[in-house]
Amino acid sequence: MARHVVATVDQIPPGQRLLVQVNGREIGIFNVEGEYFAVANRCPHEGASLCKGRIVGLVEATGPGDYQYSRRGELLRCPWHGWEFDLRTGRSWCEPDRTRVRSYELKVESGGALIEGELRAETFQVTIDKQYVVLEI
Amino acid sequence: MSTIELERPRASSYKLRVIDCDIHPAMTSWTEVHPYLEARWIEHLSVYGSHLRHAFSEALSHPRMSPDAARIDAYPEEGGPPGSSLELMRKQHLDPNGIEVGMLIPLRWNPGSQRNLDLGAALTRAMNTWQVERWVKQEPRLRASVLVAQEDTVASVAEIDARGGDPNFTQILILPKTDEPLGRRRYWPIYEAAVRNNLPITIHVGGTNGHPSTGGGWTSYYMEEHHSVAQTMQAVVASLVFEGVLERFPQLRVVIMEGGLGWVPSLNARMDKHWARLRSEVPHVRKPPSEYVREQVWFSTQPMEEPATSAELIDLFDRIGWDRLLFSTDYPHWDFDDPRYAFRANLTQAQREQLLYENARKFYRLD
Amino acid sequence: MEGNGLVAGLDQARTYAGAIDCDLHPAVPGMGVLLPYLNDYWREMASVRALDRLNLSLTSYPQNSPLSCRPDWLLPDGAKAGSSLEAMKDHVLDRFRPRYGILNCLYGAQVLHSEDMAAAFCRATNDWIRDHWLNHDLRLRASIVIPSHSAELAVAEIDRRAEDVRFVQVLMLASGETTLGRRHLWPVYERAERLGLAIGIHAGSAYRYAPTAVGWPSYYVEDYVAQSAAFESQLQSLISEGVFAKFPRLKVVAIESGLTWLSGFIWRADKTWKGVRAEVPWVTRTPSEIIRNHVRFTVQPVDAADEGEAIMRLADHIKSDELFLFSTDYPHWQFDGDAVLSGGLSDAFFRKIASENALATYSRLARAGRIVEAVP
Repeated sequence: MARHVVATVDQIPPGQRLLVQVNGREIGIFNVEGEYFAVANRCPHEGASLCKGRIVGLVEATGPGDYQYSRRGELLRCPWHGWEFDLRTGRSWCEPDRTRVRSYELKVESGGALIEGELRAETFQVTIDKQYVVLEI
Repeated sequence: MSTIELERPRASSYKLRVIDCDIHPAMTSWTEVHPYLEARWIEHLSVYGSHLRHAFSEALSHPRMSPDAARIDAYPEEGGPPGSSLELMRKQHLDPNGIEVGMLIPLRWNPGSQRNLDLGAALTRAMNTWQVERWVKQEPRLRASVLVAQEDTVASVAEIDARGGDPNFTQILILPKTDEPLGRRRYWPIYEAAVRNNLPITIHVGGTNGHPSTGGGWTSYYMEEHHSVAQTMQAVVASLVFEGVLERFPQLRVVIMEGGLGWVPSLNARMDKHWARLRSEVPHVRKPPSEYVREQVWFSTQPMEEPATSAELIDLFDRIGWDRLLFSTDYPHWDFDDPRYAFRANLTQAQREQLLYENARKFYRLD
Repeated sequence: MEGNGLVAGLDQARTYAGAIDCDLHPAVPGMGVLLPYLNDYWREMASVRALDRLNLSLTSYPQNSPLSCRPDWLLPDGAKAGSSLEAMKDHVLDRFRPRYGILNCLYGAQVLHSEDMAAAFCRATNDWIRDHWLNHDLRLRASIVIPSHSAELAVAEIDRRAEDVRFVQVLMLASGETTLGRRHLWPVYERAERLGLAIGIHAGSAYRYAPTAVGWPSYYVEDYVAQSAAFESQLQSLISEGVFAKFPRLKVVAIESGLTWLSGFIWRADKTWKGVRAEVPWVTRTPSEIIRNHVRFTVQPVDAADEGEAIMRLADHIKSDELFLFSTDYPHWQFDGDAVLSGGLSDAFFRKIASENALATYSRLARAGRIVEAVP
């Protein structure tokens, strides 16, 4: 397990995403209303670049014709076949136990804290006064 | 958090070699076709547009769950709809997916469904030339399909004969929602021309004919509409069998494209069973229907069936016949199949090569 | 799998004793038998408009086609096959000795364009079935024929039969005026669920539209082959529209559907659902699971050369042995001799098909104990 600084927080505004490479793996970093999530850029169904899909909310229903919309921006819809994945867990909506995309631990840390600790900055010159997205992998 | 990888082995241990039987080219703008279309029809389209048998002049009656029914990642950076950029098609599909030959299936304007027959025929001529000039001449891996406006058999036959000697074309393309079932006698001159020109007939999902997509009325949802194409294709196959087309034209070869596969064994069994009971009505059908299908009908693989187990899929292929399956991706549409992962089954190398390459090579006589 | 001796042969009759035959077709011999059940208005119209001379036999089942009537089940003097209770006893009830047989009357009443005329003739048909069939043989049960294009009148007809538990099902055709999941039909499903009636969908078309999405085929055999596709469309409609989400206790029985198409159906439907389910968020389970919970199938015909094995294969695909219901489809010609099902089928599975599955599907059959005496 190593920690990787992958972005500054201002690189990923709310509702946006950033695709990064860590140890040769493509990983999408998503900012959902100030919370950050990371999932592999590979749909477990047919291998599409999952992180290029639409960011959507959760659609449910209590019955026919009754559309319940919640969790805006917390699901990722595969750019090919439209399978939905929960950014918080990596689980697919339709087969939560069977089909998941790999998700990763993320933390937001200040530059000051990072400089004092052990880290690997792949592309960043870390400065004390900024906030960074740190991926554990 | 447990790790999830693709359930199938990563098929990277060998070089992909694929013939893709279903690629949809698009126009950046409809003016692209102007050089090939008579002034009168350019004017006509500008003023009246398409005139089809459904409610919207420009839109599909069941909006898809993705714009342009396309992969979200297939939009060219320079603008234009998915499928309109040859550069992106190469970079995103032909090169990385090992496509050695790709069959173009243009769907724009739906010429065969145009109620104005002369417009339909003019559009087929223009779109056929457009395929060659805009695509095949620019990219030697691509092949064109002879679009025909099947409701005008005279024009259709003329177009088939005009393109028959051109090696850029590998097949004749018809969308199944025709005025009448494709086995009906009015369409037979087209089959005669196909045999004369040594071209297979490919029937790709689509068309509008005013008939509801089920025998019991219209569907409300895209989920139903998307499913219904499998029933539509069953009706096409039954029509070609029972109306006697396959009997009368033993040289005719038919591809059912994008209609699914799961229904083939049950349709065959159903046709055989009830033909045995009712054959006095159709004495021109001289042998069990499944035999005609086995000999003269091929099926493209996308959208691939995904049964629960590998064994079910292998059993399905066994029942249809491995040599009748033609791999297709449907690029750039949303239900695209990737040649590496489409088959949820443990295939041998030989089986994989047969499905991805060999069957189509033989079928389209690409040597 | 062990076999159960399901091969052609006279001792077959033993095997089916106690089974529940879920598809018997009593034929309305002519409009004359229905006239006594019409009110004054319709009786006069019958005369004025010569309705009494109409033959409302359905195009879906040409009276004399080999499929509509097995040759050895033809009746003397050109009488309609299925029109004689005595013959039905002889051919099926006393021969196979089922515990119950469910009557599905395929006649024109339910497809008449006028809702009121359809309702009047459906009501008459159901009265006639009661008086001339149910009241004469304790083993018989029946489906309620309804004018399905008018939910209001259909519900009224269902209510009229509510207390008579010999009516165990509501009958609809595979192709009617609208797809069967549509919301305007929900009052029918609400009533069926409440009264413990199954919804039976039988092959057949009102021909409001071409029987296929590609238009009108030339031959009858194509129409009949297309019936299975109509069932596929209707299942997709019932699932997509959320009928089973709205009516969680509802059971639907596909009657004379052909059956083996179900494998391909669930593969495609499950896959499609995963990609587009946001369009129909009330569909919260795979279509195959919904079918397992709500849909049953009669086993004539089985569109396969190896019928028993095909059913077992199908059970494997759908992961349930509870979906299949015994039927002879009398007098339709689906099998010869007494070999209702050919090919091997395990004994346990056979028992499920013969009666257990039907008892679980038709809740009103269990209330049959009340019926102690026929009332001729």
